[in-house]
Amino acid sequence: MSPDNVVWLGSPGFPEAARTALADPQLRRNLRKATTTIRDKRLAATAELDDWEQLREAGAALKRRTLRHLDTHLLRLEDSVTRAGGVVHWAADAAEANRIVTELVRATGESEVVKVKSMATQEIGLNEALAEAGIRAYETDLAELIVQLGADRPSHILVPAIHRNRAEIREIFVRRMAEWGRPAPEGLTDEPRALAEAARLHLREKFLRARVAVSGANFAIAETGTVGVVESEGNGRMCLTLPETLITVMGIEKVLPQWQDLEVFLQLLPRSSTGERMNPYTSTWRGVTPGDGPQAFHLVLLDNGRTATLADTVGRQALGCIRCSACLNVCPVYERTGGHAYGYVYPGPIGAILTPQLVGVEHADTLPFASTLCGACYDACPVKINIPEVLTHLRAKAVEAKRAGRRTPTAEALAMKAATSVLTSPRRFAAAQKAAALGGHLIARRGVIGPLPGPLHGWTDARDTPAPPRESFRGWWQRTHPQPPQGDQ
Amino acid sequence: MTDRDTVLGRVRAALTDVPADENPEHVPVPRDHSSHAGTDLIALFVERVTDYRAHVVEATAATAAEAVAGLLTAHGLRTLVVPPEFPEELLPQGPWQQLTEPLSVAELEAAEGVLTTCAVAIAVTGTLVLDAGPGQGRRALTLLPDYHLCIVRADQIVDDVPDAIALLDPGRPLTFVSGPSATSDIELDRVEGVHGPRTLDVLVIRRTVAKG
Amino acid sequence: MRIALFITCFNDTMYPDTGKAVVTVLERLGHTVEFPLAQTCCGQMHFNTGYRPEAMPLVKGFAEAFANYDAIVTPSASCAGMVRESHPLLAEQLGDTGLRRQVAEVAPRVHEFTEFLVDVLGVTDVGAYFPHRVTYHPTCHSLRGLRLGDKPQRLLREVHGIDLVELPAADSCCGFGGTFALKNAETSTAMLGDKMRNVVATGADVLCAADNSCLMHIGGGLSRLRTGVGTLHLAEILARTEGADQ
Repeated sequence: MSPDNVVWLGSPGFPEAARTALADPQLRRNLRKATTTIRDKRLAATAELDDWEQLREAGAALKRRTLRHLDTHLLRLEDSVTRAGGVVHWAADAAEANRIVTELVRATGESEVVKVKSMATQEIGLNEALAEAGIRAYETDLAELIVQLGADRPSHILVPAIHRNRAEIREIFVRRMAEWGRPAPEGLTDEPRALAEAARLHLREKFLRARVAVSGANFAIAETGTVGVVESEGNGRMCLTLPETLITVMGIEKVLPQWQDLEVFLQLLPRSSTGERMNPYTSTWRGVTPGDGPQAFHLVLLDNGRTATLADTVGRQALGCIRCSACLNVCPVYERTGGHAYGYVYPGPIGAILTPQLVGVEHADTLPFASTLCGACYDACPVKINIPEVLTHLRAKAVEAKRAGRRTPTAEALAMKAATSVLTSPRRFAAAQKAAALGGHLIARRGVIGPLPGPLHGWTDARDTPAPPRESFRGWWQRTHPQPPQGDQ
Repeated sequence: MTDRDTVLGRVRAALTDVPADENPEHVPVPRDHSSHAGTDLIALFVERVTDYRAHVVEATAATAAEAVAGLLTAHGLRTLVVPPEFPEELLPQGPWQQLTEPLSVAELEAAEGVLTTCAVAIAVTGTLVLDAGPGQGRRALTLLPDYHLCIVRADQIVDDVPDAIALLDPGRPLTFVSGPSATSDIELDRVEGVHGPRTLDVLVIRRTVAKG
Repeated sequence: MRIALFITCFNDTMYPDTGKAVVTVLERLGHTVEFPLAQTCCGQMHFNTGYRPEAMPLVKGFAEAFANYDAIVTPSASCAGMVRESHPLLAEQLGDTGLRRQVAEVAPRVHEFTEFLVDVLGVTDVGAYFPHRVTYHPTCHSLRGLRLGDKPQRLLREVHGIDLVELPAADSCCGFGGTFALKNAETSTAMLGDKMRNVVATGADVLCAADNSCLMHIGGGLSRLRTGVGTLHLAEILARTEGADQ
């Protein structure tokens, strides 16, 4: 992974980063309200379809079909887009993708672009790269606008400003809109309707003026060359329709084999994502259409760690992600910590398995452990990514990476090894039980162990622990069943 | 080596576990999901579109033009974009000025409303699909004016998403419209009306006589 | 049917009464329970923390200790899940042909206690008497791992004298997660706080579950805050009969 990757690595590890959010009651309230709202909506929307499980199966199968033959589909997509008048570019990493987009914008002579919300361009830090080249990128999705104006970081895949409530958003609009263009209307209230109207007015002049747009893509069909963006506000339509040049940056895993495959994803995505039967707007286009929309279309196919992920036969399934964010909304950890703690553009359970694979597990080794393995994400995932399975797989990789990188084992590794040694012998285990019972009783008061210093304080700070009983189960069994069946010891 | 070669080379190297003689078609995809529409497609479509807080009116071929006039008048439109090849018989006369192509972005932005047909409508999701065909025009026409009246013939309503995908031409620029533009970005409260038309009216023309 | 009790290392050391309760209930239902003394631990902590090679001797030890039984019953949903799902995976990844075969034979015979009662023995009324207000927390491994559904509640509903009350937001994780509670102590505590609020809101005297590990976590918090709500493994409720004949 090249170091110029704009990730927020260098951010502290998850447990430390989570502390900020955990200590912020306002943030906790914002998150809880938002995640519970969307959770209930999603459940209602998915319960409407009696074949939801079959649809999930189909979605998972289509992603398998895509990933197992990714090269074939990409070549087909390149061909079909090119024949329809588009230009296809390939980018092995973030730096190359940024270079391609910057040059394309420069070639138009423009110094500003309007942007449709896109995870891929955030991942590569495109806005920052464009800024360095003197090109201003305007985010046009309402939540992205809130994040951009607030000089903030997104904390959710679908609702990047989920950590902000209406009062905070009003404050950001009033303070910052004027620096970026049309100021916030006089007397702006914190009513969501008024805030949306302020965004409409602020962005309108940018849409009408823009000659270059940058977007991501929710899918691109190899068979037909059709590219699509799924959205709600119409900012996507503005960007995809009005400018003369459209540059779409898309992760290579977003290709789908056939047009028919959309029948599955256009059912799975809106219901999983916003909990709607269908999102307000979905736009699809192929290359350029004379007299309708941009007359120059560039598709940038981005690797940036995806092929490394593809090479891991267990971790590969993370590339099936359709960025619906259902896993974030059901995750009990995300609900408490918010997205910033995950240190990268992909937060929540999907981030915990995607980020370590995209950037290398050694650079994000606390993320696979940022989960209780409760399994809510797996149940919610519309393409059945077995997130707990990948988490434990990556934990093993993180431990191996740590082992490989040092001469002496970590304290944890020593403890695990010692535990194995004790647990492989029933005799040693029984002896350890006796020692634990004795030790436990030495530190316990009235049978309860209270707060302790040292490595266990994280546990004992908030919980009492019963002292181990004087007699273990096996002790009791041997005492009450003096003739054990043969061959058991 | 170009980035193209690099990426394709990495993809192939990553997939060494896939047998050389396996084709994409060899990966089974269950297609046994079904339609979720009942028998009365029109009623379902009307219910679902209304759920998005769009306004739906039903008419017959004979009363359609009159219904269009009623809706346009109710909105007090002064300027109305009418796309090329819009069916004459559905276009009533009224106090509004008709705007026809060619139209600049500034003219579209200033227009108060747009009247179109559609390519397909989906009952289960309450979706209109525009494909830039006759009576629909290029995509910008239904984007900038703040009011959109879309006319759906009953026989254009299909059951569910798969039926629509099967009918649509992936080579045309398509816009799937489900209610007016909306956002849920503020505390996940839905607000209708952001950048696209903030008001969406739908007129459904039944083939024979209106019910009742 | 030869029934073996897989007590789990955690229950063996910390909660022997849960094991005794399982034996009591099964004997009351007319079965004989054996306790293979060679058993120790399923390796779940090692596996979930990323120490797969260290878990391997335990996978092998488990397969050997329980080789000769028709049914292996355990009062732990998470350990049952570990053996049934992760032992085959580990054997596939790191084991030899022999171990793979051993694991494939043993793993499917492992049953979580409530699953064994309802699915294998076909009983829901085990003749228990427990005149207390009880709420049930479906642990993640029983709910989404083993998909126990309402089997635990069906057993509890048949307990005489019980006042079973529903736990709000029951399906959300309590925040234990094994070493998660140590590695991400603050997040774990935040989740625990919400769980405790919901438990206290039920007005229950006793919180029960099918996993003592989660119960130790929630119960430890309830005890620290002096809420007066106790915790009991579900098996211990099913074993109680005192006063039933009054």
